[in-house]
Amino acid sequence: MDQLLQHIVNALVLGGTYALLGIGLTLIFGIMNVVNFTHGALYTFGAYAMYLAAVALGLNFFVALPVALVAGLALGALIELVLLRPLRNADIDTTMLVMIGVGIILQSGTLWIFGGVAKSVPTPFPMEPLVIGPVSVSWVRLFVFAAALALIAITYLTINGTRLGRAMRATFQDHDTAALMGVNVSIIYTATFAIGSALASAAGALLGPVYVVFPQMGDLAAVKAFAIVILGGLGSIPGATIGGFILAFAEEMGAGYLSSGYRDAMGFLIIIAVLLVKPTGLFARAERIG
Amino acid sequence: MTRYLPLLLLAIMALVPLGLKDPYLLNALIITGIFTICAMSLNLLLGFTGQLSLGHVAFFGIGAYVSALTALGFDVSLPFGWRITHEGGSPLVGFVLAILITGLMGFLIGRLSFRVRGAYFVIVTISFAEVVRLVALNWVELTQGPLALTAIPNITLPLPGLGDVTLRTKIQNYYLVLVVAALSYLLIGQLVNSRFGRAMRGLKENESLALSLGVNATRTLTIAATISAAMAGAAGSLYAHYIRIIDPDVFLFSYTVTMVIMVVAGGKGSLAGPLVGGLLFGLLPVALRPVMAPEAQWIVYGAVLIAILFVMPRGIVPTLAGFMNRRPKPEAPQKAAEAGAQS
Repeated sequence: MDQLLQHIVNALVLGGTYALLGIGLTLIFGIMNVVNFTHGALYTFGAYAMYLAAVALGLNFFVALPVALVAGLALGALIELVLLRPLRNADIDTTMLVMIGVGIILQSGTLWIFGGVAKSVPTPFPMEPLVIGPVSVSWVRLFVFAAALALIAITYLTINGTRLGRAMRATFQDHDTAALMGVNVSIIYTATFAIGSALASAAGALLGPVYVVFPQMGDLAAVKAFAIVILGGLGSIPGATIGGFILAFAEEMGAGYLSSGYRDAMGFLIIIAVLLVKPTGLFARAERIG
Repeated sequence: MTRYLPLLLLAIMALVPLGLKDPYLLNALIITGIFTICAMSLNLLLGFTGQLSLGHVAFFGIGAYVSALTALGFDVSLPFGWRITHEGGSPLVGFVLAILITGLMGFLIGRLSFRVRGAYFVIVTISFAEVVRLVALNWVELTQGPLALTAIPNITLPLPGLGDVTLRTKIQNYYLVLVVAALSYLLIGQLVNSRFGRAMRGLKENESLALSLGVNATRTLTIAATISAAMAGAAGSLYAHYIRIIDPDVFLFSYTVTMVIMVVAGGKGSLAGPLVGGLLFGLLPVALRPVMAPEAQWIVYGAVLIAILFVMPRGIVPTLAGFMNRRPKPEAPQKAAEAGAQS
């Protein structure tokens, strides 16, 4: 029973960052119809940006985090402007392959510049965990959980409560009509890709200090993000949030009670199972985002 | 003219080892040949049916493991007290089994995943490859996990007049790969120009129209996936018996990316496309090796992929063919329809 409680707490904490990863991906797919294969590379980029800011530049941990987020935002905007904008009318396979190319360049570039040795980012949190009854959680993980929830809430409020968000929702429903109503669809696309990239980058910057930072860290993160998005239905933000927590629970329980070696297989098994039972995702593709 | 190009290429490739004694280059050519077979098999799916599979490396890796385990033997205990012991046997039997088992896998994956299309299909195939990689990594009793299967025997061929010949040298393996590549090319060529090939292309161009004409979509796509998987399995078997050591890294996503780049750059849906793309991208690392680090090579890979998608979205072979014969041909209306559908 105590063990179960511990697994539940672990899953909740993990689920927050998974949801963050999934939301960025689902937003970009929902609005732009782009399967973003750079998502994992942007996650890695965020972790390295955090490493550069906190270790190389010696910035405060809490200053370095927003720096990494803004760096992801800028890189996302750049990728959209240079590569995706000219391919607006290309088919989905072409953009997918271009995104794979960008992902290869980013990952190999990271490996080239920083080498393959894993880096660690020091955190200002105490080493001894917070113990409540039978459950113990490290302080840094609690902070990561809180920060992930805060970012999810900010994204949600941006989409549901601002002019930009309204334009994004309109573009999601029907981009031609949105354009006719005076929405600058090009800017919406750039903003969407930048926000999605910033979320991936933030997830990397938050989890980098928890684990270690290495060039291939994004590979598994990307496939997990795909699992989450499929679980929740492509394009649905609440779906991605719930999907993130479901994946985290499946992994925790699978690793705890079945086999820890197959922990990372849970996501893929979920993908395959969901597509067999309900190919549109557990929460059918939303008619509107938010 | 274009009909004789593959024959010319085959003749050139058959003569290459006579003048080439550098073992490094010969090795690069053998690996290139093996990946070109994979690229051809991927082209059957991606180029002719339009389904992008990003899990193709799964079949390559399964083929390698099946063939290696058949040759080496294994002893695994299963749940419920079952136990499978295999003594080890001929690599040639392994080669045949690799083809049969990967074909069966391709059939099952096809049956399961052609219920979905587009982005979903892509993600199912990636997931499948990743699950297989994790199994290879964790089922240590069967696969030795990260310790790798080592001392895999070379293929022994019973040649008429020569008795059993074990292919130990690079030149022997080179010709084996060349023969398998040529056979794969012939098979795909026959398939694509058959009634079945027209059904595949029909599905790619306009699925609802093809369905209304009586094409059985799931059946056609599943058959294409089965043949494609079996061919990649054959390539995996050749790889295992040539390299003689395999570990779960044969399932790396970057191998799939290499295959996709070969197909897309060469020209998807063109028979000669994967040959050109395979040679170009198989030998690019050889050309780049003296001038840059491996990581930088991958950056060039990525940049070339993006550049080709921007400049020649149809690939090198179809674009060049378009330049060479501007005369209207019988297939011109179809090309125009394609262009119209894409714009």
